[in-house]
Amino acid sequence: MTAVLDVRDVKKSFGGITAVDGVSFDVQEGEILGLIGPNGCGKSTLFNCILGQLVPSAGEVRVDGKLVTGQRPADLNRLGVSRTFQLLQVFPKLSVRDNLILAGQEHRGSMLSRLFGPSDAGLTTTADQMIGFFKLEHLANEPAGGLSYGQQKLLDAAMAFMGGPRLVLLDEPAGGVNPTMLGDLKERLIAINRERRATFVVIEHNMEFVMSLCSRVMVMAEGKVLAIGKPDEIRANPAVIEAYLGH
Amino acid sequence: MSKHSRLLLAALAVVVIAGLIIIPMNFNRYGLYILSQWAVMTIAAMGLNLTLGYAGQVSLAQGAFVGIGAYGAAILTTHGWPLIAALGLVIVICFIVGWLLGYPALRVQHHYLAFVTLAFSTLMFLVFRNESWLTNGIYGISNIPRPEIFGFPTRRPLPFYYLCLGSLGLVTLAMWWLIRSPWGRAFMALRENPIRAQSLGIDTRRYTLMAFAIGSVLGGIAGVLYAPLTQYVDPVPFNLQLSLDLLMMVIVGGSGFMLGPFLGAMIAVLLPEWLRFAEGYYLMLYAAAVILLLIYSPSGILGILDRYLSERRTKAASALRAAAQSKLEAAQ
Repeated sequence: MTAVLDVRDVKKSFGGITAVDGVSFDVQEGEILGLIGPNGCGKSTLFNCILGQLVPSAGEVRVDGKLVTGQRPADLNRLGVSRTFQLLQVFPKLSVRDNLILAGQEHRGSMLSRLFGPSDAGLTTTADQMIGFFKLEHLANEPAGGLSYGQQKLLDAAMAFMGGPRLVLLDEPAGGVNPTMLGDLKERLIAINRERRATFVVIEHNMEFVMSLCSRVMVMAEGKVLAIGKPDEIRANPAVIEAYLGH
Repeated sequence: MSKHSRLLLAALAVVVIAGLIIIPMNFNRYGLYILSQWAVMTIAAMGLNLTLGYAGQVSLAQGAFVGIGAYGAAILTTHGWPLIAALGLVIVICFIVGWLLGYPALRVQHHYLAFVTLAFSTLMFLVFRNESWLTNGIYGISNIPRPEIFGFPTRRPLPFYYLCLGSLGLVTLAMWWLIRSPWGRAFMALRENPIRAQSLGIDTRRYTLMAFAIGSVLGGIAGVLYAPLTQYVDPVPFNLQLSLDLLMMVIVGGSGFMLGPFLGAMIAVLLPEWLRFAEGYYLMLYAAAVILLLIYSPSGILGILDRYLSERRTKAASALRAAAQSKLEAAQ
């Protein structure tokens, strides 16, 4: 079986600094891979290289066996690769529903058909299902900028799923989210993973969240892969404890 | 919006439109000229409102597109072309030139982009002034005919005003359609967060170029009406000042609001007339009024209304929450 995501020897340097130094890993369909490591170890840069926000200095990225290295983010997204950002990235002046419609509208038809087609691109039902799924019903018509931080995080995640992606890269989904809402978020992610066979890669510092959500965990340090394995193996790995988890 | 306020808004729109049709029947030639100018400038400002207000791309070149439209109409109609054919050609030219002008916006933003478009504006002014074989240079083009629309001559001021008003109506409908379509949403995404927009599959390059092209086309359409309105074009009205005036119309009216350009153009075209009593001081009063407005409401006149409405909504929502809370407490 081909891996949904296959990363081979990806390198990225900025001037003299090598942020990502020859990283290789793959993610199988339906898997949730956690990505952990100290600040500045290259996790987000690796994400940006995979997603086309940055062009890797060397190496290859394949999605479903198809070479996509250096493709533009918009094209990659329409191939079924979606993401959330570390910092909040919703459209504050659009309503919650419009944020979701926007997140899905470019995935079908041509640009011209969208101009002359219905104003919601036929996505109101899908958007409202997503709103219900993330328990945001009472906020559907509010401008996204008026939501609380945690609610915006949920919306941000919901937007990543609107296009029905094969693969979603989540950059610190739990950061700044209160414990109750965090439980909600985890439950939602697991449900989407099971029901839609969506594959996730999750960067996260919240160890409890990562270890309970992910089937495998990859640890990075100084731009390299330090270890990769099941959560329990990672917890027991002396090199990981030394570099990141602490004694 | 509730059903009640929606009805109120529709009624208000009907009254305003009827007013714009009926009241000018008693206007003199000068009054009709001013009102026609308002309609034409509103169309141009709507174009800039799309590029700047919705898609977030600064442009100081909108006046140049009005110039291209005006010269296109002047040259072609004085050579016997019907105005509608000139309109068609101007739309194509402005679309292409606007699209090309959008390319710098893919690389630079904000004040850098303002400078690039400013340079284009200056360039077009020099073309209008110096390429006399085409534009007749500083002497300009006179005796521009007014068109016949479905057999009705529009030589007199009132029918020509109706032509401008009708065009404004059509442009407004098209704009309304565009803004509520998925394109409108994509334009706003471009303005608010282009990087996130990209990660959601939005082709930001193509939408940026489109925002420039369509905005420029509206500038061109305004120019095509401007030429037969004044029946004379020379380079002076299309210098940088016009681009700055249009920018001010968009900002003062409320950038990113559908109705902003209507108000902005009204203030820019009518206020000087109302302030005539102040004679030499009028420009000072005008400038002071604009400064005060922008201090009070950086998002323009419609920004004030928007703020008021959202404050009321927040208040209503918190009242509802408080009521629910007290009910809950009473039950316990």
